[in-house]
Amino acid sequence: MPLLELDGIHKSYPDGWTLTDVRFTVEEGEIRGLLGPSGCGKTTLLRLIAGLESPDRGRVWVDGKDVTHVAPHRRGFGLMFQEYALFPHKDVFGNVAFGLRMEGLDRPSIEERVTETLALVGLEGFEHRDVSQLSGGERQRVALARSLAPQPRLLMLDEPLGALDRALRERLMDELPEILHRAGVTVITVTHDQEEAFAIADCVVLMRAGEVAQIGTPEDLYRHPSSTWVARFLGLTNLLHARVVERGRVETPLGRLQAADADAGRGGGRRVQLLIRPEAARVGGKGPNQVHVEITGRSFRGDRYQLDVRHTSGVDLTFVFPAGAELPATGESLVLSLDPRALTLLQGNA
Amino acid sequence: MGGRAVESGVGVLHLPRLVRLLFYTILLSFLVLFYFYPLASILTLSFAPQGQVSLEPLSRLFQTSRHLETLWFTIWQATLSTLLTLLLALPASYVFARYDFPGKSVIQALTTVPFVLPTMVVSLAFTALLGPRGLLNLTLMRVLGLDRPPLDLQHTLAIILLAHVFYNYTLVLRIVGTFWSNLSPQLEEAARMLGSSRWRAFAEVTLPLLVPSLTAAAVLVFIFDFTSFGVILVLGGPRFATLEVEIYRQTVHYLNLPLAAALSVIQILFTFGLMMVYTRLQASTTLPVELRSRRAVQRRPQGWREVGFVTANVVLMVVLLVTPLIALVERSLTLDGGVSLTFYRELFRNPRGSVFYVPPVAAVRNSVGFALATVVLSIILGLMAAGVLSRRSVRASGKVATSSLTDQGGMFAWLPRMLDPILMLPLGTSAVTLGLGYIVALDEPPLNLRTSPLLVVLAHTLVALPFVVRSVLPAIRSIQPQLREAAAVMGASSWRVWLEVDLPIVARAMVVGAVFAFTVSMGEFGATSLIARPERPTMPVAIFRFLGRPGSVNYGQALAMSTLLMLVCTGGFLVIERFRVGEMGEF
Repeated sequence: MPLLELDGIHKSYPDGWTLTDVRFTVEEGEIRGLLGPSGCGKTTLLRLIAGLESPDRGRVWVDGKDVTHVAPHRRGFGLMFQEYALFPHKDVFGNVAFGLRMEGLDRPSIEERVTETLALVGLEGFEHRDVSQLSGGERQRVALARSLAPQPRLLMLDEPLGALDRALRERLMDELPEILHRAGVTVITVTHDQEEAFAIADCVVLMRAGEVAQIGTPEDLYRHPSSTWVARFLGLTNLLHARVVERGRVETPLGRLQAADADAGRGGGRRVQLLIRPEAARVGGKGPNQVHVEITGRSFRGDRYQLDVRHTSGVDLTFVFPAGAELPATGESLVLSLDPRALTLLQGNA
Repeated sequence: MGGRAVESGVGVLHLPRLVRLLFYTILLSFLVLFYFYPLASILTLSFAPQGQVSLEPLSRLFQTSRHLETLWFTIWQATLSTLLTLLLALPASYVFARYDFPGKSVIQALTTVPFVLPTMVVSLAFTALLGPRGLLNLTLMRVLGLDRPPLDLQHTLAIILLAHVFYNYTLVLRIVGTFWSNLSPQLEEAARMLGSSRWRAFAEVTLPLLVPSLTAAAVLVFIFDFTSFGVILVLGGPRFATLEVEIYRQTVHYLNLPLAAALSVIQILFTFGLMMVYTRLQASTTLPVELRSRRAVQRRPQGWREVGFVTANVVLMVVLLVTPLIALVERSLTLDGGVSLTFYRELFRNPRGSVFYVPPVAAVRNSVGFALATVVLSIILGLMAAGVLSRRSVRASGKVATSSLTDQGGMFAWLPRMLDPILMLPLGTSAVTLGLGYIVALDEPPLNLRTSPLLVVLAHTLVALPFVVRSVLPAIRSIQPQLREAAAVMGASSWRVWLEVDLPIVARAMVVGAVFAFTVSMGEFGATSLIARPERPTMPVAIFRFLGRPGSVNYGQALAMSTLLMLVCTGGFLVIERFRVGEMGEF
């Protein structure tokens, strides 16, 4: 039985904004990401699960029990807010101990648990610091400790790394999943940042305008986006109109290309969208799918090159190459071969 | 970057040093002559009436229990009024902080109207509503078929408390409501997620965070209730007296100036102490709380419970704040059960044809004249004050502090820091005490202004000045140094910068300050009642005189004149709402 099941959640607001028929399940112990552009309803969904809002229709099931109308403080969930919402009138200890006090634990147990939790997030000895004197990263950890301390059945994180600067985010993207797995807690994390979702979550629910667009592991989403919208959201921009010719072959403005995608076998003559992932290209004319392009832009990104090219048919494409690749200068012509495994067929025209 | 700008003298409003010195001199002379000197004279009168220091007048206060009783009444009615105001305004503060509903901005503006209404108008409005011939009693008599008024609220504590709530409700709403609306609702939600019930979350998180703003509001309300004058005088009748009323009676009825002065000293001690507490608290209201934009936290009420709660509060607000004013207008237009303009017409007549009799309409002319003079004087002084005080903003912003200090010259560094709170002092000083001070100090050489109309203007300016400064200063401080720097880089001299950058931005705030000064002057009663010449009454004084005379025509004229005064002040308030930038200045 899944720990959490959302069953056809609907919610509409006076300003016309809605959540429509949201349904998915979360298993015990997993880290689930809710990903989507801002305003897609992911935070509202989180608040619905938390019990801070209630749905117009649909049910929230936890361990097979309907908790749709259970008050937030009786659900035994934890929620870490985007801006942390640390209590400014309490010190670090007071913040982390809050949930334990609500449980009615005795003082020694509270102290023990606070110490333990602070150690888990790497803030030993911070008990009596004033929260206003903490750095951004420390505040984030206190907020995490505060929501972990009562050992919630389900921990929800709202943009957990959103308020941090880049270097700190990079580091916490590694540390956060480790801390969460060590705490053994089931997690739903909300983010608008694909990199963050992929780094932290085992499985991602991608949302668009109040609806679930796709559910899958990060690899699934990246390799097999279910629509052009999903592809574009994930930063995959090489999308071409194509027509299926026969099993594994499509007709495109670049010529006839071979795609290893399993889906490519069905429905000859069908109009589809072809996604060419940016890592598909190799320099040189040895493999299949050879295309002649002119380099229109080249930028060095440290660990990789990004190459903008124009095909002889006028189509613009973008590829990435390893930092060590030998690439001609802008304006020069080039033959590229495209790995059939990096070519995916999508449904729809948009 | 900022530091260099200040060193070169462009980063802040940079009046030439000589001009600044001149401004300081004028401002300080004004305060010394028309504030400290009169107060000092009161001290002299109470402690050294014959030139020798003696504590006798003060000790005489406590020989009879009468004055102790007055002090005790002053304290406990203020305490009760404050508690009642908090109790009624706190739920409304929550409603305004957390919910968005149709008509909210109109209602919010409406709740601020009492802030600019003269005490005479409010007192009359409450008698018009709750008095023996008031709207409520007449309605009850008609509906229930009684031949006598069923409610006797005139000259009771209840009507005093109601009037105090009417006045100060908006203060609590503004201070607590504003703070609350900036408080992230996520704090309470976080507590909920950690297992607290709604009430526990309120008690453990929201309430402790609200305490500074609650106390600040309570202290301010207490100060106003403590120095309450017109309300007690009119609504309380002879049975009730606060210190303020007693000072007035001792001065006007018994001509016992030393005793009045001694009472004033007690009052000054109390209000100054409370003012200090208030300034302290106001500083600590700025806790390191993560404040959020109000838009983000307000939402429409959902479900019958929330809608009911919001509606109940709005209804209470409207009943409390609007019905007295409606009653005032209705009563002033009613004669023998029919609509009539008789009372208004009477204002323009001189029934006895007497040359000594001042027709009531002259009071309107006097009031407007005093008010216009007050506007001019307080705007001139207010701009000077804002000009020299705006430098403090640089120090407040931290880094550039030291350079601006050295730039200013060590000798005068303390001046702006001192001037600001000193300018606020008249707000916490009782008007009657001030009036008494003027009578004691300014009616003999070297400065004899006793017969001059200027005396009233000076008193009004002193009371209005804090409002003007608080309106203009935030506008000046809101001007980013970069604007001035940009103008300076493009070749503008410092006067030119002031003219081209500061003045246009400050102009709106000046309008607000001017209207504040106008309404304050129109409604001022405490000081005016003592210092206005009998032949030159203002509208509030005239209203009070009508009340002292028998007959329904006199009472009707009091109502009519109150209605006119209310219309003037409400009109002024609408102008303030239209022009003000942000919240009510820095209150």
